[in-house]
This record gives sequence, structure tokens and C-alpha cells, in this order.
Amino acid sequence: MSDKIFKKLLFVSALVIMIVCGALFYSLMSGSLPAFRELGFFRFIVSSEWGMNSDGSEHYGALPFIVGTLMTSFTALLLCFPFSLPVAFFVGEYYNNTVVAKVLSTIVDLLAGIPSIVYGLWGFYVIRPFMVSLGLSEQGFGILTASIVLAIMIIPYSASLSAEFIRMVPRELKEGAYSLGATRAEMIRRVIMPNVSSGMISSYILALGRALGETMAVTMLIGNTNNVPISLSDTANTMASVIANQFGEADGLKLSSLIAIGLILFIITAIINYIGRLIIKRQSL
Amino acid sequence: MKSYSIRILKDRLLKTMVIILSVLTCVPLVLIIGKVLLKGYRQINLSFFTETTPSTLDAMLAVNNNQLIPGGIANGITGTMMMVLIATVIAVPIGLLCGVYLSENRKTRFAGIIRFLTEILQGTPSIITGIIAYIWVVVPMRSYSAIAGSVSLAIMLLPLIIRSTEETLNLLPESLKEASLSLGSSYTMMVLKVLIPSAFGGILTGILLAISRVIGETAPLMLTALGASAIQWDPAKPTSAVSLLIWEFYNDPNLSNMIWSASLFLLILVLVLNLTAKKIAKKWKI
Repeated sequence: MSDKIFKKLLFVSALVIMIVCGALFYSLMSGSLPAFRELGFFRFIVSSEWGMNSDGSEHYGALPFIVGTLMTSFTALLLCFPFSLPVAFFVGEYYNNTVVAKVLSTIVDLLAGIPSIVYGLWGFYVIRPFMVSLGLSEQGFGILTASIVLAIMIIPYSASLSAEFIRMVPRELKEGAYSLGATRAEMIRRVIMPNVSSGMISSYILALGRALGETMAVTMLIGNTNNVPISLSDTANTMASVIANQFGEADGLKLSSLIAIGLILFIITAIINYIGRLIIKRQSL
Repeated sequence: MKSYSIRILKDRLLKTMVIILSVLTCVPLVLIIGKVLLKGYRQINLSFFTETTPSTLDAMLAVNNNQLIPGGIANGITGTMMMVLIATVIAVPIGLLCGVYLSENRKTRFAGIIRFLTEILQGTPSIITGIIAYIWVVVPMRSYSAIAGSVSLAIMLLPLIIRSTEETLNLLPESLKEASLSLGSSYTMMVLKVLIPSAFGGILTGILLAISRVIGETAPLMLTALGASAIQWDPAKPTSAVSLLIWEFYNDPNLSNMIWSASLFLLILVLVLNLTAKKIAKKWKI
């Protein structure tokens, strides 16, 4: 008897997750409906105006923030690549199962533990002046500054997952390559890389998912302007940063537009994460 | 066939590059911790933990006289503690039971859907959980509140706890369950007295790591808890948090000396949680 109740309880708790997800999606949808109805879904996405027009009418479009998000995230991904890849090989291949590797992976894990706002502060007080001294921009704010900090933040995610895939390459394959006279570099290129390439791609896709939604550090560094960015030194806003900046004082159509941006961000990250997980599942089968 | 020495040279070069770039990756961590430590330690004293945030004017006077800024971040510490506590109370029971459900029903279609939704939830940007808690709690209550903040943190905790619980339970040998059932224990007893205690270390580690992930969250709290300048024990009222205070200090030039101390506190908190989790994981290894 009590077993039945307990099993029901387990089932209900799983159902709660379903309800939370469903309600989350529904709330975002219904919250953004006024914006889509007023401005049109397609026009909302491709329009680059944000705010009051001169005649007092309001118009909101998400294009600047979508472009800003994609530019920042992909730049961060490119910048993190030359560091997370060596870390993955250091931990997973060269010094696999040694103390040095453990120290390095602990340090990289700690990078993931630092709160976003502390990264933002560090970027503001260290990276931004550095960018100014390089003469890249007057104030040091902009997409590149945000991307550099973002890149550091996502290194742990891509590196630790990639290292796991590298570790999974069967020993026989590696030894086979060695016995044929390959050097370690050749073995990495011809044996490990083909074996882990799809897993590695998935680890970078998941890191991209992280980068898309990062809020505080980006908000503090990107400059917060509502224009469509053209170059990396431009100031801009990402979807997350515009929500963080303007949600507090928004109401009416603007609030709905911000929720709509949230919905678009949610859908994009969900798709990116889904693709990443799908590749991992294929790989591990 | 390339000459032997060139191949060896390439091999050495790759290894050197890997080592150099890996070491370079550690530099930001050292720089960040160094910066926070060097600039943050001066403000840390007893009043930093017991007093609330000073007004801008007091802070300005103190800075002009080259003194330490009076006051502390007590309102933030209590707020963070309260919100994390409420979020944990909401998320742990559901997450634990859901993790048990997923581990017990590994192959069913429904479990597959739940697992998929958990992954989606885990990837959801923190600011979105802030919007959601705003719609669910702040709008109906007509006030920013610690409860709203807790709800947003709980949504972030849930998937982390579910996954770590499920993964730990999956490691337990099937024979453990069979032994307990064959001794006549009911299913409920088996789960509560055998499965969960055996996996206790892993589950606790997962919970602590999950908490360390959300304790420094700022963005969702900006939309839900808002902040307060006094210590607030009523969870239905706007409440501050350490991370929110950092954001306030950042926006107020007079208070900028406090930024690093508050960050130092937050970093130490995260570090302690992480280390405790690792210790527990080692001690209670399955």
C-alpha cells in the first residue's frame, strides 16, 4: 500500500519537472504575446529600432541584440579554442592520471566556480584599461572586451568535456599507432583527433550554449548601446544584457518586448544544448 | 617520408605548445584571485560582517578622509543565506525524488522526456529564470521579494540536483537492491533505507556543488529580489544579497572600495563549498 503511494510520489516529482518546463515556456510565450501582436513576430526579429520614435510611438526590435549575442559568443568561442584544446590534451593525454593534470584540472574547474559578477569586475578594472591602452577603443567597452572575459569563463566547460573524450580513446589504437612508428604528435593527429572530433565539437557547442546566456560579466563590459554592432570594437548589447539592464524600469510594450527577447534566447540556447547533447549521445553509443 | 629529425621536432613543438598554453590558461585565475585578495582584504573586519551597507554620503566622507568605509555587508549575507536556504528547501526534495525516479525507470519513454527536459532546464540562462520568477512570483505578489529570488535559484538548482542524484544512484550495484528486497523490505524501505543512504555522499556533494553554482548569481536576483539597504527577515519583502551588493557598489563610485571585499567574501564562500563537496565525495566514495 505505502509502496504504491511512494511510487506515485516519485512519479509526481518527475511530473513537477514537466510542469515547471511547460509553465516556463507558457509564461514566456504569454508574456511576449503583446509584443509579437503589436509589432509582428517577423518584424520584431528583423527590426533594429529600440525605443520611442520622434512622434511618441514605441517600436522595439530584437535584431541588435541577436547580432550582439551571436558576435560576442562566437568571438568568445574562437578565443577560448586555442587554450581549452591544449588544456584538454594536457589533462587527457600528455599527463593523464598524474598529479600535474589533477592540479591543472582543479584550477580550470575553479575558473568555472568564479561568479559571473566577479569576472565582470575583473574585466572592468583589468581588461578594459588594457584595451584602452592598446588604443582599440576610447573607453575600453565593447564586444571584444566582453568576448575575452567570456572566453575565459567558458574554457572550463569545453576543456573538461573534451579531456573526457580524449581519455576514452582505446589504448590499443594509440599503441597501434606507436608500434607503426608514429610520434606522439602524429598519433594525436591521426588517431585521437578523428576519434574525438565529434565529441569535441559537442563540447564546444555546449560551451557556446553557456556563452549565449551569460549575463553579468557581459553587461558590465559590452557598453550597453542599442545599435546593431558592425565591428568587434563596437559597443553593443546582448539579449541577456539588455534584459538585465532595462527590465527593472520597463513596463507595457517594452516589458513584453524584453520577455520576447528572453523567449528567443531560451529557444536558441535550448536548441544549441539539444544539438550538443545529441552529438554526445551518438558518440557514446 | 619526412626526415626523422623534423618529425621529432614537430612532436616536441606540439608538446611544448600544449604545456605553454595550458599554463597560460591558469593565469587569469591567479590574476583574478590576486586582485580580489590584494584589494579586498583591507575592508574585511568584524563590522564588515555585522553592519549593513553604508550610505553613499558616509562612504564618501570616509574615502575623502582616507579612512576605511564604515559598515559592511550584513544585509547581503543574511539575504543570500535566506534565499539559498529557501531555494534548497524547495529544490532538494523534488530533485532527490525525481533523481530516484529517473534512476529507477531508466528505459521508459516518460523518463526519457523528463531527462531531456532536465537538460533543457540546466542549459537555461540564469536571466531567464529571473524573468520566470518575476512573472510567477513578483507580479502576483505585487512586490519584489526574497521568495521570488529563491524561486529563480530553485529553478537553477533543480536540474543540477536531479542529475547528480541520478548519476550517483546509477553507480550503485543492482545486487544491493536485490539483497534488500529479498530480505523482505518494501520498495519504500529499500529506497529510503538502502539506496539513498548508500548514495548519500554523492547526493550531498551534488547539492553542495549546485549551491556553489547559484550562490553568486546576480542577474536573476536583480529581477526578483531587487535589494535592500537594511537586514530583511521577511521573505515577502525586497531583500539584498552579496552579489546584488557587489552590483550596487559597482554602480556607486563612492562605495567602490567595498567591491573587492564583497567579492572576496563571495569567492571564499564558493571555494569553501567546493572544497567541502570534494572532501565529502572522497570520504563517502561508493
